[in-house]
Order: sequence, then C-alpha cells, then structure tokens
Amino acid sequence: MKYYSYFPGCSAGSTAIGLGLSVQAIAEPLDMELIELEGWTCCGSTPYGSLDELEAVVVAARNLALAEKTGLDLVTPCSSCYVTLNGAAIHLEDHPELKRQVNEALAVANLEYHGNLRIRHLVDVLLNDVTPEVIASKVQQGLNGLKVAPYYGCQLVRPHYGSDDTEFPQSLDLLVESLGAEAVPYPLKARCCGGALIISEQSLALGLIRKLLDSAVRNGAQCIVTPCPLCQTNLDAYQSQVNSKFKTDYNLPILFVSQLIGLALGIASNSLGLNTNIARSVTIDRLIKERGRLDNGGGKI
Amino acid sequence: MVVFVGMKSFVNEVAATLGGEHIYACIQCGICTASCPVAGEMEYPPRKIIAMIRAGMRDEVLSSSSMWYCLSCHLCGCRCPRKVKPTELAHALESLAVQHGYKVKKTYTPAMYRSFVSSIRANGRVHEFGMMLKFYLMTNPLAALKMLPLGLKLFLHRRMPLIPERAKGKEDLSRIIQKFREVIASQ
Repeated sequence: MKYYSYFPGCSAGSTAIGLGLSVQAIAEPLDMELIELEGWTCCGSTPYGSLDELEAVVVAARNLALAEKTGLDLVTPCSSCYVTLNGAAIHLEDHPELKRQVNEALAVANLEYHGNLRIRHLVDVLLNDVTPEVIASKVQQGLNGLKVAPYYGCQLVRPHYGSDDTEFPQSLDLLVESLGAEAVPYPLKARCCGGALIISEQSLALGLIRKLLDSAVRNGAQCIVTPCPLCQTNLDAYQSQVNSKFKTDYNLPILFVSQLIGLALGIASNSLGLNTNIARSVTIDRLIKERGRLDNGGGKI
Repeated sequence: MVVFVGMKSFVNEVAATLGGEHIYACIQCGICTASCPVAGEMEYPPRKIIAMIRAGMRDEVLSSSSMWYCLSCHLCGCRCPRKVKPTELAHALESLAVQHGYKVKKTYTPAMYRSFVSSIRANGRVHEFGMMLKFYLMTNPLAALKMLPLGLKLFLHRRMPLIPERAKGKEDLSRIIQKFREVIASQ
C-alpha cells in the first residue's frame, strides 16, 4: 500500500462527480491510500490568478503548507489544480521576498510553507507508482480492443511539470492499453477544449470541442477518456450543443480515465459514477450490459 | 526623453510581475502567435502584445481584451525558444489591468472570472451553480434562459449541486488573505 495526500479539487464533488467517485473506487484495488487533505480549499485557480495573481498564490500556498505537514506526496486528479499548485510553488521558490510575505500571512493560522512538497498528477502516480503492468495484472474485465481516444487536454502535459511529451504524450495511451483497450492515435490529443471560456466565449469554445470530437471520431474512436474535469465536462455536457451548432451527430461517451480503469477492474458502474456521464453510446452501454450490471441511472442525449 | 522613460517604466512594471519576468528575452520570432488556438480572436496576438509592452503602450495593452482570450493551454510557452511563458504573461497583464481599474470591452471573461473568484471568497471552494447564475445575471440574463436545458441536464446527472458546500478551511483562508493584504499594503 502506498500513501498519498489527496487533493480532489472543487469539481470532483460537483460538475466532475464521476471523477471523484471513480478515483476513490479504484484507489483500494490499486493499493493506493488517498488521504484527503484536511481543510483544503480552492487551489487558487486560473481565474483567481487572472484577477489578483499575488492573492491566488496565497490561496494555493495555504494548501501547500497543509500538505507539506503530512510528509506525503500531494496527488490531485484535477489537471487545473495540478498546474495551479505547481505554478504557485515555483513562484514561491523564484521569489524569496514573496515567500516571506506569504509565510507571514500563513502564520495567522500557524502554517508555514518551506518548499519541500512534491505535487503530482494522479496520471503520474498511476503510470509511475502503480505502473501499467500491475494494472494489467488486476484487470477482471478486459476491454477487448475497445477503441479509445486518450485525450490529455493541456494542463496534464503543459507547462512541463511531469515527464511526458508536451505535444505527443504517451502516458494515457499506456494506461489505456494496460486495460486491453486500443489507444487510437489522433493528432489533437493534447490540444485545448476551450477550458473555462466555454462559459464566457461559448461559440469559440464549441468550435474547439468540435475539432477534438472530429479528430477522435475520424480516427476510429468509440469513446474518449480524459483525466481532466473541465475537459470531460466540455466534451460531454456540451456535445449536444456542438451538434446543434454545427449540424453534426456526435454521440461519443466521454469517460474519466479512472472510470475506464474501474470498469476493467470489474467495479460496478454506479460506484464509478458512470450514470453521471451525459453523452453515451451503445459501445459503453453494451460493455456494461455484457458485464451483467445494468446501469439504471443517467439519461441519454 | 519623457517618452523613453515611459517606455522603460511599463516594461519594467511588467517584468516585476509574476509571469512577466522573462519579457526581455523575447526575440519576436512569433511562434507563440502561430501556436495560439485563439490568436485570431485577439486584438493583439501574443508576439505583438510583447512588442507593444516594450514600446511602452501601457493604455493600449491594459485596456485590450487580448489577454482575456488566453485559454491557458501553454502551447506558446512550451514552444518558445526563449522561455518567455506568454500564458503567465497574459495572466500577469490581466491582473495588472484589474489592479489599475481598466475596463475591458468585447468579452465577458473578466465578469466570469469575477463571479468565480467571489464564489471562492464566499465558500472557500468554487460553487459552480452559484458562479454561473451570478455570471449570467450580471452579463446576459437571456443567455441564462438559453442555458437552462444544460443546467438541468447537469443537475439531473448529479453534477450541479444547488447549495454550496462550505469548505472547512474557509475561515482560516479568509484570515490568511486578510493578513496578506495588510502585509502587501504595508510594504
């Protein structure tokens, strides 16, 4: 059993509830003990940094200081939290005066951040600590060559806080293949889905989402998997809006990679929050039905 | 010479921000603009805005909507041969524009960020429903109606809790932020 400090991020309990549920569900079978960081708050987030970049660093630093006290690596399944927390840690390292000011503020809650914390993405932990070999050895329900498009989005690989390639990454491909699925190569696998601008600049973001769906489908994908809560929401919840805007007819299941892993490990689909996914296709439903566990939640678009 | 002093001071002001540190290193090769998925939407794409900063065009830069289109995809920064980090520069410019009270036209992104951040300040975490409701009411209530089917879909899939969850660490966070503001103001 390996122990980690766990930072779910805000969306893992709401818009990306399927992420939160599935990560919790796969942790034990994969011998990970994810200990939720006591008292965590928002990571600091891109919008916060855009309005007040110094204050956003303090918000992040409080979480970093809490995590540092545990002595464990901090793991987050959210790509955006991963970038924000790492970015703040780097700012604090590069600017000693800022670090002093931040620590002066943290002191009101008896906290101090020293800079000895490793902030990791769940995908990094799955790939390098758990390893695809061990995952493969625990597969109960092989995915029989299901054609999966691994969608990295941006922040898992950029800026370069991990070790994967920033434009043609492989980590998700390796995880997907360890489950007996086929990782479909497609050129846009690490391109942007529009992020939070789906709210303020919707038509711009819908255009980017359409390109991604198109690239995956053209290359034979039966479903897309991603680790990122915002990418999943954009591709899944807004898929019908893409269809009405561009007169397309995508109906592609968009799963969290942790949900796909859970399915292969034989975990019940409700425990993985699969009924909180919106866009579904026959493929995943049939896969679930074949396993004899009918998913009675969620609707179809 | 007055113009020269102005030029110097704006680029220095940017270089003193978190994210603007590397602005002097830019060689204007333009790979940032070529890589940007939304360069076409910007009044001044990344390469140009860096040139404008170095030319001292403070008002033009800080009142523009350009940086508010940044998606934080970091493709520009990863390809930049001089490690300028234009994504971080964009956020530094946004932050400077807010700090100095520049009003941005053409995009609702600043309003969206404001509702996002006020949600964090109130709850310690983001409450998406409250954040989106506030945003649509502030900017375009009609769009809120149009978004109703999507909101309902998310709600029915248990993805849109209506009541915010108050983070345990919220009180501590507020005290820390308050103290930090005092520390910054006193120096």
